Amino acid sequence: MSADDVRGEILAKVRAAIGRERERAAPEPPEPLLKVPDVPLDERIEQFSAALERLSGKVHLAATGEAARALVEELTSQHSAIASNSPLLREYGITSLPGVFTGYTDAAELKQACASADVGITGADYALADTGSLVTLSAPGEARIISLLPPVHIAIVPKERLLTGLDELFTLLPDPAEQTSSMVIITGPSRTADIEQILVKGVHGPRMVHAILV
Amino acid sequence: MADVLERIGWEVEFRRDQTCCGQPAFNSGYRDEARQVARHFLRVFAGAEYVVVPSGSCTSMITHHFEELFAGDEAALAEVRSLRSRVWEFSQFLLEVAGVEDVGARFEKVVTYHDSCHALRELKIKDGPRRLLRGVRGLELREMDTAEECCGFGGTFSVKFADVSGAMAETKIESILRTGADGVVSIDSSCLMQIRGALERRGAGIQTWHLAEVLANQ
Amino acid sequence: MKPIPVESLRATLSNKPLEEAIYASTRRLMEKRAAAIPEHLREDFESWREQANRIKRHTLENLDYYLELLEERLRARGGKLVYARDGAEVARFITQVAKEKGVRLVVKSKSMTTEEIHLNEWLGKEGIEAVETDLGEYIIQLAGERPSHIVAPALHKTRYEIADLFREKLAVKREEEPEKQTLIARRVLREKFLSAGLGVTGANFVVAESGAIVIVENEGNARLCSSLPPIHIAVAGIEKLVPRAQDVAVFLKLLGRSATGQPLTVYTSFLSGPRREGEIDGPEEFYLVLLDSGRTKVLAEPRRRQSLYCIRCGACLNHCPVYRKIGGHNYPWVYSGPIGAIITPQFHGMEKDWWLPFASSLCGACGEVCPVKIDIPRILLDLRAEAVREKVRSGEARLERLAFRLWAWVMTHPKAYEAAGLFNLALRDDESGWKDGVPGAFRIGPLKEWLRFRKLPPAPAKTFRDLWAARRQKEALKE
Repeated sequence: MSADDVRGEILAKVRAAIGRERERAAPEPPEPLLKVPDVPLDERIEQFSAALERLSGKVHLAATGEAARALVEELTSQHSAIASNSPLLREYGITSLPGVFTGYTDAAELKQACASADVGITGADYALADTGSLVTLSAPGEARIISLLPPVHIAIVPKERLLTGLDELFTLLPDPAEQTSSMVIITGPSRTADIEQILVKGVHGPRMVHAILV
Repeated sequence: MADVLERIGWEVEFRRDQTCCGQPAFNSGYRDEARQVARHFLRVFAGAEYVVVPSGSCTSMITHHFEELFAGDEAALAEVRSLRSRVWEFSQFLLEVAGVEDVGARFEKVVTYHDSCHALRELKIKDGPRRLLRGVRGLELREMDTAEECCGFGGTFSVKFADVSGAMAETKIESILRTGADGVVSIDSSCLMQIRGALERRGAGIQTWHLAEVLANQ
Repeated sequence: MKPIPVESLRATLSNKPLEEAIYASTRRLMEKRAAAIPEHLREDFESWREQANRIKRHTLENLDYYLELLEERLRARGGKLVYARDGAEVARFITQVAKEKGVRLVVKSKSMTTEEIHLNEWLGKEGIEAVETDLGEYIIQLAGERPSHIVAPALHKTRYEIADLFREKLAVKREEEPEKQTLIARRVLREKFLSAGLGVTGANFVVAESGAIVIVENEGNARLCSSLPPIHIAVAGIEKLVPRAQDVAVFLKLLGRSATGQPLTVYTSFLSGPRREGEIDGPEEFYLVLLDSGRTKVLAEPRRRQSLYCIRCGACLNHCPVYRKIGGHNYPWVYSGPIGAIITPQFHGMEKDWWLPFASSLCGACGEVCPVKIDIPRILLDLRAEAVREKVRSGEARLERLAFRLWAWVMTHPKAYEAAGLFNLALRDDESGWKDGVPGAFRIGPLKEWLRFRKLPPAPAKTFRDLWAARRQKEALKE
């Protein structure tokens, strides 16, 4: 049976099962249930910090880009770091820090570099206050694996991008697929409790996440 | 149960032709037989002002499952719908129809309460019996740590899967023993039978009482 | 129809350490879930459940439309949709892609769907190594066992067993600390991630309008499987569809909380097709394989269709008093617990699995916690009625049916019922009344089983009817 035949057979079975005829108007899905609460920025910052720190991440507040750069310098001293090509990181001077390598555009090279780096530095498109999450969209300036392979992840987020939560994210981005092939919501360090239900961090992804709100 | 109801001023009638709600057959997959018995139930209790039931599982059979059993039979469905609003589990009747929390009972024991599954999940009975127990003079109520966990009876489940049922009963009685209570109270006799049977087998001196027994005591 | 596997159940129940491990782990998961739904969230949580149920119902009732929409949108994103009638077709497709591209090593992340179809065995036959990368699944794979829980596959293994396993299979120093064991696994698996030619994942949700899949996880291995190798194949059942990206939000809020008590899992990936123009990394090729394998059969039964709403959270397992005693290995299929009890006979037929819906005390805890409001107890009852119909058809239920017919006759003839009550009185023991001493003639079959764990209650001194009659007489005399 050809692939087309299999497809035809399954679709026919589906139609028969639900009792539908072929030509029909597009159905109306139920209204999405998205509630965006009104929460002032400083409260959002507090919520975000509490939530991410509860997950053993760390939240730092930087008043300016320079302050952010200084924080990153401190966090990466004596370590090798890979930074994404995010314009924000360049603007803050983070990409010019000693020990920070950037400018990768080749996937294979990037892979090698990240596999041996101690720290991965990225921007973040949004952050979510109620869960302490970071939201990163894959883009020319933002590769996927920088926030994934190195054991420590540092993310720089402009504080205006700190949303109340998931509902607000999907209100602003009703279809992430329009912007990117990969949107990842990162909520704390990688973890597992597969062995006797004991929590262990950093099993495949980073064991430590730093969020710097600017 | 009749004692309590009469004490608080209700006239109690016992219709001699009553037998069963049909649940055992229904739960075992024998719907035709269940329907027969359910039909008899509808006949016996036709026209009753209120039907008060000392069992959560029987009550929920009537109020939640009769409809499905008589699907397609409009005449029977009409009777089911009419009867449904007049069928009450005992503790719910006391609190919501009679509006009474103190029935003048005295019971000087330490008791723990077991939430029977149908009552808890289908009839949403949780606080009611506890409120009634707290209104009993001399009674101390202690919560066990697995009050909401199934005792393991489940009708023919206790026969078909005797080992699992027994293991579930063990967990329940261990929980009861941990409370140090004199006994356990429930609103379902089938649970009490399951729990009592396991307690007796263990040789523990813990007693079991139906809520009605406790409330009837003076 | 096959008999109930009593021996296997008994074996688990008499294995005290195993029984305790299962009971304790599930209790922990129950507590975590409860903690994630505090008082002030209860009302919202209920409205999420309603909404999720509504979305699933709508999607399945219009599944053909959404499947076609999905295909169109995925193609526009540079991905490809492939249909498979059964597990063999999925495995054949994946193997074919692997062979064409010269793939020797496949990294896999957790997927109940690929579990269903024994994908690793298929690939193995072609000399292609497939490695499970989820820590629990990796452990199980090394041990050659089946997972015992939907969300926590190695729930039944102790650290000592794992220490032995790693030393034997990985030739490493024996380590008993979970943290060190995890690091060993991380190191070994990282090699695989970096060199694999193909990554295979499942998908928690498939978003029709976006042409996208959503994967939730805590470890990061799914992200690695879907970002490092040049080819990514995702496998999902056709029932995983939801209409729009905005619909995913409510499911995300329900899934983490219901499964492990987390408001969100660590990683939630929203993936639509291969890497886009300008993106630096990500797969060059993306395929989504949608599996039927019995789902259209369940779809065709309107009352049971809701069995397909399942989002694989495992809450029903954690709350089921029966699962908590017997664990996942006593269920014949990869899906265990209450959801397993209802979908196994629906997918595989009643012949072998008819007893599963009966392995329940109908306590209703499952339906109470199901995030998508599947009325599991109702379906259990429905399946029981069907099992009986089949048994009657095949002539196997003769004795049982006779018993229930007799019972129904007595219950519809009050005089006979009363007579039966008197008979019970006659059996009464004289002393305590407790019936350990049931006459030998009656200690057979089901009654014998029942008596192993409990004594029969004493018959009352008088029947209720006698008492009632006496009471009425007394009142009449008073007046």
